[in-house]
Amino acid sequence: MTHLNEFTIADARDALRKGDVTATDLTMACLTAMDAGDGLNAYVHKTPEMALEMARAADARIKAGDAPAMCGIPLGIKDLFCTKGVASQAASRILEGFKPEYESTVTTQLFNSGAVMLGKLNMDEFAMGSSNETSCYGNAINPWKVDDRALTPGGSSGGSAAAVAADLCLAATGTDTGGSIRQPAAFTGIVGIKPTYGRVSRWGLVAFASSLDQAGPMTKSVRDAAIMLEAMSGHDPKDSTSADLPVPDFEAALTGDIRGKKIGIPKEYRMEGMPAEIEKLWADGTAMLKDAGAEIVDISLPHTKYALPAYYVIAPAEASSNLARYDGVRYGHRAKLGPGDGITEMYEKTRAEGFGHEVQRRVMIGTYVLSAGFYDAYYNRARRVRALIKQDFDKVFASGIDAILTPATPSAAFGLGEMATADPIEMYLNDVFTVTVNLAGLPGISVPVGLDSKALPLALQMIGKPWDEAGLLNHAYVLEQAAGFVAKPEKWW
Amino acid sequence: MSIDIDTARKVAKLARIRVEEAELPALATELSGILGFMEQLNEVDVEGVEPMTSVTPMHLRMREDVVTAGNIPDQILKNAPDAREGFFAVPKVME
Repeated sequence: MTHLNEFTIADARDALRKGDVTATDLTMACLTAMDAGDGLNAYVHKTPEMALEMARAADARIKAGDAPAMCGIPLGIKDLFCTKGVASQAASRILEGFKPEYESTVTTQLFNSGAVMLGKLNMDEFAMGSSNETSCYGNAINPWKVDDRALTPGGSSGGSAAAVAADLCLAATGTDTGGSIRQPAAFTGIVGIKPTYGRVSRWGLVAFASSLDQAGPMTKSVRDAAIMLEAMSGHDPKDSTSADLPVPDFEAALTGDIRGKKIGIPKEYRMEGMPAEIEKLWADGTAMLKDAGAEIVDISLPHTKYALPAYYVIAPAEASSNLARYDGVRYGHRAKLGPGDGITEMYEKTRAEGFGHEVQRRVMIGTYVLSAGFYDAYYNRARRVRALIKQDFDKVFASGIDAILTPATPSAAFGLGEMATADPIEMYLNDVFTVTVNLAGLPGISVPVGLDSKALPLALQMIGKPWDEAGLLNHAYVLEQAAGFVAKPEKWW
Repeated sequence: MSIDIDTARKVAKLARIRVEEAELPALATELSGILGFMEQLNEVDVEGVEPMTSVTPMHLRMREDVVTAGNIPDQILKNAPDAREGFFAVPKVME
């Protein structure tokens, strides 16, 4: 028998509407799983009372016949989202004790549709990381395991990925600046979609790199991603970059029919030294889409190679500006000052104590590339290269390509601590297939497709046209159905 | 472009992050490594390419110039490490 916490959103919605289960039952099951899952360190602030209150309200709404799809669905919320009266610190010491007086637009929309919040989820500090190892709460741990080693759930949305994969919630919110939804989804065998830049409001998200950040759902199926994305999307006057476009019925787009669609296979993503397993997975996925009636087309995205270096100029530059607000004055941590310390010492000590190593490094890189004399050489050049990367995609889509298929990550989940002595660049390489999508503002989705030789999940990424999440989700749905990925981590926690 | 210790010190100062003298050499090496990685961008011909300002073609809309929120000093100050008499309090700024 399937336990209630193992339900998908779609199954739970249908069961709730039929009266087979209550939101309170679902929530209780998730709260029990959440507490039993402490070993994964996925939840960092639990909100059980709030959850039960929200569940009871959802039950009343369902009874009254006013139940949107997300009504009564228990969710985990990434710590990056500001939630009113609930700790929201983006896994940083510098936001210790911060309880927002307001609710982010995404969580407002989800809660207005009746969704239930179970608690806040672990992540890399300020979403800077690919392994959840930069968190002030300690590492989140992947429920998938092959030996004694604890594996990373990926990052930055590592807590979200671990919680969904281990059934500690029905689904979770994530955010993605360079791959932070798709890479952890790939490492944990779940689905994660980063929508087109502007589809989802960024208001109330702790900002990392404002021109790249987007929120999205992390779910157990493509159908769930469609349902939850719809509830998260839409124009928000409080985010000037949010698009004033109608939100389609994403679930209705899942027809399973992609006959005649053109799928691009970019040759530049065939990286030197790519593991044979990833290569095979990609070929298998290509065959699945072909069997479903799609036309496979070799394409070229010539500036792919420059995406990572451009990203690691642009993202830290924006971060150094965004993170300037953490000064020990308005919220969060303030360092204890010594005799004679003035305001400059307060800033410097507060930021040295409050920011972890990776965040400090990126703020300083950003400061450097924006500083007088280097702005043109680094920042403006990177923005020019970004324009070329976007042009590559524009050309491909203009030639009639409907979606692009690539690997999601260069490897399966690695062991926590294994990259500790590595060059920071090596960690950055995790984002090699995902970062182009953020630079070009496109929607991208990670779909679990198979297991590697050690039985760890591997995923493929599909990239869609701007604003075509509906088409992208349908392609992903076909891939999901063909791959038939049903493996779950064996419970050890 | 490699970063020397003086530059590392200057960057830390600009970023308002205290870095102890003893840590500066390691920081300089780290930052140099990352900047070295960025040097690849010099291979790209960007002649005539405009730096991207907006990833999707959108223009920022104007809203009506009216007060939409306000008179909530308690909420604004609620999370402050040190707030007094309706203000954020900081160490002495003027000498």
